[in-house]
Amino acid sequence: MSKENDKIIITIIGADKVGIVAKTTAALAECQVNIEDIKQSIMQDCFVMFMLANADKSPKSFSEIKDKLTKIGEEMKLEVWVQKKAIFDKMHTI
Amino acid sequence: MNFFSEDSILETINMIKVHNLDIRTVTLALSLRDCCDTDVHCVGEKIHEKIVRYAKNLRKYSDEIESEYSIPIVNKRIAVTPISLVGESCKNPDYIYLAKILDKAADEVGVDFIGGFGALVEKGMTKGDSLLMESIPEALAQTNKICSSINLASSKAGINMDAINKMAQIIKQTADLTADGDGIGAAKLVCFCNAPGDNPFMAGAFHGYGEPECALNIGVSGPGVVRAAVDSLRKDAPLDEVANKIKQIAYKITSTGELIGHEMAQKLGIPFGIIDLSLAPTPAIGDSVAGIFRAMGLEHAGAHGTTAALAMLNDAVKKGGIMASSHVGGLSGAFIPVSEDAEMIEAARNGFLTFDKLEAMTCVCSVGLDMIAIPGTTPIDTIAGIIADEMAIGMINKKTTAVRVIPVPNKKVGENAVYGGLLGEAPIIPVNNLSSTGFVQRGGRIPAPIHSLNN
Repeated sequence: MSKENDKIIITIIGADKVGIVAKTTAALAECQVNIEDIKQSIMQDCFVMFMLANADKSPKSFSEIKDKLTKIGEEMKLEVWVQKKAIFDKMHTI
Repeated sequence: MNFFSEDSILETINMIKVHNLDIRTVTLALSLRDCCDTDVHCVGEKIHEKIVRYAKNLRKYSDEIESEYSIPIVNKRIAVTPISLVGESCKNPDYIYLAKILDKAADEVGVDFIGGFGALVEKGMTKGDSLLMESIPEALAQTNKICSSINLASSKAGINMDAINKMAQIIKQTADLTADGDGIGAAKLVCFCNAPGDNPFMAGAFHGYGEPECALNIGVSGPGVVRAAVDSLRKDAPLDEVANKIKQIAYKITSTGELIGHEMAQKLGIPFGIIDLSLAPTPAIGDSVAGIFRAMGLEHAGAHGTTAALAMLNDAVKKGGIMASSHVGGLSGAFIPVSEDAEMIEAARNGFLTFDKLEAMTCVCSVGLDMIAIPGTTPIDTIAGIIADEMAIGMINKKTTAVRVIPVPNKKVGENAVYGGLLGEAPIIPVNNLSSTGFVQRGGRIPAPIHSLNN
C-alpha cells in the first residue's frame, strides 16, 4: 500500500502547445512514477494541467523527479510546480 | 485519498507566487545549560560543539522541504539559553568571547541569526546579567549573526527601572558603535516585557526556562495573503465578515506552517515545539501589514481607526490559526516593524504614522515598538522613558511588549536609515522633546500591578 507522503501534485501552467502531456508523462514513466489522475482546462487563455502522481515505486528521489519536470517546463516555456500532495490536504481540509 | 481539487491547488500556488506566502523562519531552540563550566574557554568549546552537533543539517533539511512543497523558507535560525546564565558559571567570564563563539557556530552551520545573547532581569540583575548587558555594544559590533534580548519587566514582577536605564545607555552605545551601518547593532537588540521563551522570531528569540533540551519552533507569515482575502470581499462588507475571512485565511497559513514544522522536526529527530501564528511583513511590495489596514478601508496606516483595525486583525489571526495547530506559542499576532513594512515606511515618511500612534497600536499588536528609527541626538533618559512606557503597557495588559528603537548616529528627523534585506529602511521620526530625566533617574522598580479590579 502506498504512503500518502509519496503522492505528488504536478501543476503546469502556460500557453497551449503540442506535446505538453506527452513530454511530461514520458518523463514520469521514465522515473516509474504512476499517474493516478489527470485534469486539464483552459483558464483565461492559459493551459492548466493538474496531475496526481504516485512516486512510491520510483527509484528516483523527489528532487530528481522535480528537476526533470522543471527542465521540460523551461524548454517548453511553461510554469511547472511539483509539490507533495500533503500541503494541499493540510491547507484545505479541517 | 485520490481526490484533488483544481481550485485548491491554484489557490495555494497563488498564495505562494502572488501574495508572498512563506515560512518566515524555522528556529532550532537549544538549551545550553549543560555547557556551564568554571573556565570560559571550556564553556566556549562546549557551546560550539553542541550547536554544530544539533544544527549541522538545519539548512540542508530546510532546503529539501522548501523544494518538496515549493514554499519558501526564508530564515533558518537558532535560539539558545540566555547566555548570561551559561557565562556566569565561569571564574573568568568573557561575554564578548562567547558572542564570537556563537557567531562562529552560526556561521559554520549556515543559519541567518542566532538569538539568546541576553538575560532576564525583570526583578533584578545578577553579576553575570550585568556583565552580559555591558558587553552587548561590543558583542553586536564585533559579530554578524548575534541577536540580543533583555527582559526588563513582567506582569508578575513589575518593571525594573534600573535595568531600563542601563539598557537605554546600551542601546545608544550599540547604535554608536555601528554608526557606519546607521546603528544597525541596535536593530539586533530588543527589550521585552513578558518575553516568551519559545519565540522563533528575531531579534527576541531565546530558549527559555521550562523548555525542553531542544525543539523546532516555526514562524509563518503572509500579510499579502490576508490583504488579498480582505480585498476579495465587497467594499461595504461588515467588519464581522472581514474578521471571519481573516480567520479562514489564517487557518490555511497556519496549517501549512504546522505541516512544515512537523516535517522539519522529524527530519532533525527533535520534538516539534510551537508554531508562532504571526503576520510578519517584509519590505517587499504586497507583503505589508499596513496594506491590510488599507484593504479594510483606512486611507493609510495611522488614520484614526488604525488601532481598532489592528486589534481585530491580531485577534482574528489567533482565532483562525489556533485550530490549525497542536501547539501555538511565541509572539503570535500581527507585527508592526516600521522599517520592515513598505507601507508603514511610507506612512511614517508622510507623517501619518507618529511615534505616539505607534505606541497606541502596540497595546493591541503582537509585540511592540519595533524597528523605529529616531534621531541620534535623542537623550538616553528619553530612550529610557520610551522603554518604560512600553513595558508599562505590557505589564498592565498582561501581554508581551517590546522596544527595538534605533537612535541613528549623526542623522536627524526626516533623514533615512538604511539596513537592507528584511530589516529594510526607516525614515527617522521625531520623539517628544520634553524631559523624562526626573522620573526615570529615580530608578528602583515599579511594583507589579494588582491583578483584579480590571478597569
